Amino acid sequence: MQIHSREYPKRARRGGDVRASVTGATLSFDARRRAAFAGVAAEEWRVWAEGVKTHLLTHLDRYLEEAEAKLEANGARVHWAGSQEDVHRILSGIIERRGARRAVKGKSMLSEELEVNELLEKRGVDVLETDLGEYILQLLEQPPSHIVGPAIHLSLDEIRRLYHETHGTELDATPDELAGVSRLILREAFLAADVGITGGNFLVAETGTVALIENEGNIRLTTSAPPVHVALVGIEKLLPRWSDLAVFLQLTARAATGQPVGNYVSMIHGPRTADDPDGPEEVHVVLVDNGRTDVLADAEAWEALRCVRCGACLNACPVYRQTGGHAYGAVYSGPIGSVLNPGLAGLHAAMPLPFASSLCGACEEACPVRIPIPELLLSWRRRAAEAGMDSRAKAGLLKAWTAVATRPGVYRAAGAMLHALPEPVRRVPLPVVGGWREVRKDPEPSRASFRDLWREGIE
Amino acid sequence: MSEQPTTASGPMPPARAPVRASLFVTCLGDHFYADAAASAVRLLRKLGVEVDFPQAQTCCGQPAFNAGRDAEARRMAAHTIEVFSESEYVVLPSGSCACMLRRFYAHLFHDDDLSAQAADLAGRTFELAEFLVRVLGVTKLGRGLEGRRIAYHHGCHALRELGIREEPLALLANAGAEVVPWEAAEECCGFGGLFSVSFPQVSAGMADRKLDTLAAAGEVDFLTSADCGCLLQLSSRMRKRGQDLAVRHLADVLWEAAGADS
Repeated sequence: MQIHSREYPKRARRGGDVRASVTGATLSFDARRRAAFAGVAAEEWRVWAEGVKTHLLTHLDRYLEEAEAKLEANGARVHWAGSQEDVHRILSGIIERRGARRAVKGKSMLSEELEVNELLEKRGVDVLETDLGEYILQLLEQPPSHIVGPAIHLSLDEIRRLYHETHGTELDATPDELAGVSRLILREAFLAADVGITGGNFLVAETGTVALIENEGNIRLTTSAPPVHVALVGIEKLLPRWSDLAVFLQLTARAATGQPVGNYVSMIHGPRTADDPDGPEEVHVVLVDNGRTDVLADAEAWEALRCVRCGACLNACPVYRQTGGHAYGAVYSGPIGSVLNPGLAGLHAAMPLPFASSLCGACEEACPVRIPIPELLLSWRRRAAEAGMDSRAKAGLLKAWTAVATRPGVYRAAGAMLHALPEPVRRVPLPVVGGWREVRKDPEPSRASFRDLWREGIE
Repeated sequence: MSEQPTTASGPMPPARAPVRASLFVTCLGDHFYADAAASAVRLLRKLGVEVDFPQAQTCCGQPAFNAGRDAEARRMAAHTIEVFSESEYVVLPSGSCACMLRRFYAHLFHDDDLSAQAADLAGRTFELAEFLVRVLGVTKLGRGLEGRRIAYHHGCHALRELGIREEPLALLANAGAEVVPWEAAEECCGFGGLFSVSFPQVSAGMADRKLDTLAAAGEVDFLTSADCGCLLQLSSRMRKRGQDLAVRHLADVLWEAAGADS
């Protein structure tokens, strides 16, 4: 996984370009989530879901083996991939053996993390994204900017212009017309594809079932029309029991889009059989680690692995809203990205993402599996501070402040100076607080400190 | 062992000594909202609270804690624990700093000698409006806000960490004010301490969303909040944008609610 987060501060400055689109989309997602959870015992669902995922992660070895055994009994092939290179090797093997030339893909963040499209193109395979948002981004050669709504940073007019240039539609085409044009292209691709590649929202260990949630029907076709289906599943996506799935499907849909359940839920048990003649000839499930066991072993980071990729924390996040996902420079953006990326790709690569939060707590409140995101952010900040990765000026300022604030006499004298100094002297720019002045007026101190008022006597 | 004194209806309640509270003014309160902090003192006294002001108090340590600099945060926290060790209650005109003492000191000292003292301080610490309602049981201060239209900004720590939502709203409404609902009332203002300095454009954009949606809510007499940091952020950005709206600390407004003629 490549991360380019170092540029975050610079990109965040230019966030204004996509602010209106991102703000509109996330507020709408967020309002729908709230409405959907208002109708159920939301807190009980969240506590239960947290418990199931925590149990799963605590006994992951056992459930992975159970899932493997069940999938193989169902006739699916199971592959274990420790790294991105493993995944590429496994996919290359399938492509070569099948002589595959054309692939269709369902929307999958894991496939972005693993740079699957790049691999397929290198192997001479024509790959088409079939989720409408992902299809648009493929035309634009852009990565997704949001876990659930990959193209929410684009306005309708930008998409109209793109379709006008690439498909010759009118500049005032309706969204239905644009979708209609896409549908014709995608339909041909589904029928011609040699292989369909998807992620997996859940993998039920008890039954060996890959479950996929979607709204457009493209994943249903990707998993059933081509002769080969490959599902890439992160090892944290397991669920212990079939009965767990019933709740997680509803929980995730409500958290992601405010729907009681996705328009389509595909449950893949294995390839076609004599008794069940529909579906692909081969089903491959690739169980992907790619850094996840390292996160699991990290006492202050593992809780991020409960994530079901609903995007609710992005939708609730006022910081994400300002910039959209691309500013983060990583596949996983927003609050969950800022706690997951340091674990998956290393803290150094993910700097300064743990600091790109006001710690307002809206993410934790929105999370359907109660990941304590602010706490995890603080843990990464502590490690960054210890490793000297954070701003030196800030470190110096805080050391100086601590020296003052643990000496009441010095603290009082410094405070008195603030009120005694004439305004122009007070305004001498400090390197650290320069960022304040760029976008705001200076705060105005009170006419006297509270200490002075207290000494004079408060009547 | 001596017998408990009783009355006809049961054990006699102990003679009620006046409640004693220490004001922790906080660094921003001390220097930027001094008059509001003085209003808090007047209000507490009017409600019969004996208020003291420990002179050795400084900063709660949150700037260092949020920056991941726990060694520094611990030193400031240890100092604060010492300063308020004798206080019956500690009352702050700041939800965020109250949260630091109540919720985050536990993180700083979880494996430490000071953990018991940190937990003890946490149990005695309250944000001002919360203290009035939850400890003193006061929800009606007076009718001093009759006819006022007020917008309330919920500080994130007060709201999401301490669960303070209805307390300030009730105090304002019961004093005759109309608390104007507002789309982004519960969203972060973008302050976040050093966050506001590290990512100024993002922080300003967050403030702008608050201020834009506030403007869309119709005329209000002023904006108020229990947090000095949020107030500084919103008022400084407002002045930069040339937006003209009074911004007042909640303590000041509650003193007016109590019928003061300030």
